[in-house]
Order: sequence, then structure tokens, then C-alpha cells
Amino acid sequence: MLSSAQAEVLSLSLWVATTAVLASLLPALAVAWFLARSRWRGKMLVDALVHLPLVLPPVVTGYLLLVGLGRNSLVGSWLAETFGLVFAFQWTGAALAGAIMGFPLLVRPIRLSLEAIDTRVEAAAATLGASPVWVVLTVTVPLALPGVIAGMVLAFARALGEFGATITFASNIPGETRTLPIAIYTFIQVPGGENEALQLILISIAVSLSALIVSELIARRVKRLQAPL
Amino acid sequence: MLSVDVTHRIGDFSLDCRFCSDERVTGLFGPSGAGKSTLLRIMAGLIRPERGRVEIAGRCVFDSANAIHVPAHRRRIGYVFQQARLFTHMNARHNLRYGAWFARGKLDAARFDQVVDMLDIGPLLDRRVAGLSGGEQQRIAIGRALLSNPAMLLLDEPLASLDAARKEEVLPYVERLSVETQLPIVFVSHQLDELLRLANRQVVAVRDGRVAYSGPTAEFLARPDLLGADQARDAGALLRVRVRAHQPADGLSELDCGGQSLFVPRVDQAPGRAVTVHVRARDVMLARERPQAISALNILSGTVESLAADGDYAVNVLIDVGDQRLEARVTRRSAQHLGLAAGQPIHAVIKSLALAEQAWERLGGL
Repeated sequence: MLSSAQAEVLSLSLWVATTAVLASLLPALAVAWFLARSRWRGKMLVDALVHLPLVLPPVVTGYLLLVGLGRNSLVGSWLAETFGLVFAFQWTGAALAGAIMGFPLLVRPIRLSLEAIDTRVEAAAATLGASPVWVVLTVTVPLALPGVIAGMVLAFARALGEFGATITFASNIPGETRTLPIAIYTFIQVPGGENEALQLILISIAVSLSALIVSELIARRVKRLQAPL
Repeated sequence: MLSVDVTHRIGDFSLDCRFCSDERVTGLFGPSGAGKSTLLRIMAGLIRPERGRVEIAGRCVFDSANAIHVPAHRRRIGYVFQQARLFTHMNARHNLRYGAWFARGKLDAARFDQVVDMLDIGPLLDRRVAGLSGGEQQRIAIGRALLSNPAMLLLDEPLASLDAARKEEVLPYVERLSVETQLPIVFVSHQLDELLRLANRQVVAVRDGRVAYSGPTAEFLARPDLLGADQARDAGALLRVRVRAHQPADGLSELDCGGQSLFVPRVDQAPGRAVTVHVRARDVMLARERPQAISALNILSGTVESLAADGDYAVNVLIDVGDQRLEARVTRRSAQHLGLAAGQPIHAVIKSLALAEQAWERLGGL
């Protein structure tokens, strides 16, 4: 049903979006924790910084990434030399762009669910013998799980649809950075490519829809297990 | 067994408390906002006080002078809060097992069953805790604290968040707790009747962050000034008596008070068992001669030990009845009329029904 070119675009897109979400999950948990629990006044600034990709034109984000992490930039060349990690014009760059654009969407629901947790329940866990780390693992994280799942789905969808920052930072390289939206854009630009574009559009609708349905099913299951008081 | 000497400040509220208790059950009494819960949180390690020393079950858990602060999860404190604070993402059984898991699997099946039986929570074990009533949740919370292998139990008004019916449902279990476990317990309450039911030996009264009284419950009860305006009416004496016999025909129990009989509505204890009876001073009438043909069933003979004027019109009379002390609160006019004086023989008249809604306390180990 899928042509090999379509399959390549689809699997690359899924791979890039999945990598983006998984790689940004731990930092997102940390930032959400900080925003939910810290009493530091400067946290408004951190909050604004996290949300910046949401309001900035994606092209600007992509350009900043290119300037900051390009091969010739300080950080970029250091990363390439030390870890062999190159972002510009690589699939990793597409994943990074997707991760940054999806980050605010990942952080927000996690933060909200952390804020909804009654810290007195965590205190109760401590009196029952749970060390701070165990309190987080056995009480905080399970209670925040619906928010984590919601955030992951939103960030996944955002990474899957990411266009502006990706094409600016990672360009449009078939098999490397040509994800679904970039492929669709490319076909639309070519005379007679509408049919190919339409097929990819249908594929991306199907993928997004199934992601939403799966997340809803997971969320329901989690809610059934832990209905709030 | 328990010794606390701490200073702490939270905003405008300052706490400066020092008390110790060697009784197994210690009552912490005081109005809302007096600092009772703060004291418990300090004992549990949830608040680190600015200065002081805390010793629990003979173990020093906090000492600012020697920089000792045992964190909450290593103090082995079974803490039952006002709200149940259950883990809503686990069922009742997993809530109960939570503490044992950290006590390195010291939970044996027999102990688990014993606690489940004591609290009657067997049918609830596989239910989600969110679906349980307030009383059921509080029983699970008590079980959860008990099964964490604690060295001491802290009960912070565990009945306060329940309505009257739920309170009656849970109170018997809290009472069983104080009798059937041998754990030291600190029971916090601002309700005198609850306190007398559970902590009839040792009371620490807290007011405005200071210890207003620390000592035997019986002496505390004779101090209306400590009870607070709304509960001064309950001032009186605690009599330690034994069940002599039950009289099913009347629905009464006969208690032995130093050789004299005391009739009360049926007490749910076997003959020979010790109970304590709270006799409010305002429920005691005095007579110079033994009254005849009177409806009140209880007439205790004794001698006037002392008189103390209380307010504009009342006199508190301490009466020695055998080996115990009873307190009567009468008007000054009556006292003058009877010519009450220390050393005088006197009869104390108490209606059985005045003892109807009193608290009966089983004394553990007696």
C-alpha cells in the first residue's frame, strides 16, 4: 500500500518524533518539577524561556539553533569533537528541533499534574518509611502519570508536525531530515506532485489520529486505576 | 518514653514547648491553632525545629545541640492525620502494605491479618480507596500506620474530619488500638470526651504554643481554667473503678468504687475489669444526711477535703470518697446553707443518667 519512498518518510518521521519526545522527557520532568515546586522568584523567567518556542516564529528558533549549534559555532564544534554529536543537516537536528518546539507542550501538563498533587500525601509516605527518592518514585510520579502521558502525546504530535525550525536548522535531505510535513511541502512545490502530497497528508492524518486515540485509552486506564478523591 | 523540648517559629506563631510522658498513651489537648499539630510534625520529623531536643521511645531523634536530625522516613513513626491521606493510585491492600515494604519486608501474614481483623477492613482490601467512605478511609489509614512497624503512633485528631455518625464508627477502633497494641501513642484532640476515652492517664495541654499543663489526666480535669470556656462545663473527676456485676434487667452495670456501689448504664466490660468514669463536677449534688426516697441511684459517702470559690457564685468542693477524689460544683449559697467545711462527712449524689454519655475507658493490661 505504501510506496518505499512513503514508508521511508513515515518511518523517519516517527523515529524523529519518538526520539524528540523520549530525549526531552527527563529534562521536561526536571523543569516541570522546578516550576511546580520551587519558590524561587526567578522562576517566572524560566517559565517564559520554556514557553518561548511556542510564541516565536519557528524559523527564528531554527535559525538560532543553526547559529548556536552549527558545525562552525563554538558549542556545535565542541559537541562534534567531544561526543561526535552533529545536529546541523542530520536527522538528530530534526529531532532536536522537534524536541525544542514540543518542550513547552510537554512541560505544561506535567507541571499542572504535579501542582495538583497534595504534598501532604507525600509527607504521609515519608512517615511510612519512604526516603525522598522513593516518595518521588512511588507517589509523585504515579500520581502525575496522566499529565506525563498527555504531555508526551502533545509533544509527539508537535514534533511530528514540526516544519519551520526543522527546515531551517536541518534542511530538506531525503532519508535524513525530510519528515512528513517537509515531504508534503516538497511534493506541493513540484508540478504534478499533488497526488503524492495527498497520500502523505492522509498518512499524517491517520498517524495523528491514532496517537490521540491511543493516548486517550491510556489516560482512561490510568484514571480508572487512580480516580482522584 | 517521650520527651520533647523544642522552640520553633512559623511566621507570627511561636512554639516553645517542653514536656515528657512515661505513660503509654499521652493526650495532647488544646484549642485549634494552639500548636498541637505542629508539635506532632516536629516529633515525626516533618518540621525541623529551630532549637531543642526530641526523644521518642527512648531514642533521640532530634538534638540541635549535637546536630542530630533523624529524617522522617527513619523515625519509625506511625502517623494518622486528620484526613486519611491515602494513596489514591493504589487499592486498600497496597496502601496497607506500603510501609512494610520499607521496613524491609518485616510484614508477616499473621500480623497483617491481625490488623485487618482489628479494624474490620477485610471486605475493603481490594477496593479502590477513592470509593471508600471517610470512616473506612480513616480505618485504612490507621492500619497503614500500624503495619509500617512503628515505634510510636501519633494520632492527630483522626476523627476531626468525620461527621458524628462516622466518628462513632471509627472511635471504637481507635480505642481498640490503645488497648490491643502495646505501642506508645500520642493522641491529639480538642474534644474533651474523646481525650478522656483514650488518654485517661497523662495529658499535655497546649495553649498559644506553650505547655499550659502536663501531668495526670485526673488533676487536669479538675482545672476548669485549663479546659477552655466551651469545655469548662466538663470539668470534674476521673474515678478508677472496677466492674462488679451487670444487671441486665435494668440495663445497668454496677461498679465498685472503693467498696461503694456506682450504677451506670451498661458498660461493655467483663466483671473484674477496670474502667474509669468521668464524673462532671456540675453533675454532683451534695447532702449532709443520706437522702432517702430519691431517684438518683448513686450516693457516695465521703469527707469534704477542701473548698475553693470559683467565680461569683460557684464553689468547687473536693470530696474524698475512699481512696479517690470526687469533685462537686455547687453554688456558694448552697455551700453556705449546708455549712460546708473541710473534714466534714458528706454524701455525693449522682444520677446514673448523668453518666450515660460518658466515656468508658478500658485500661490496657489491667
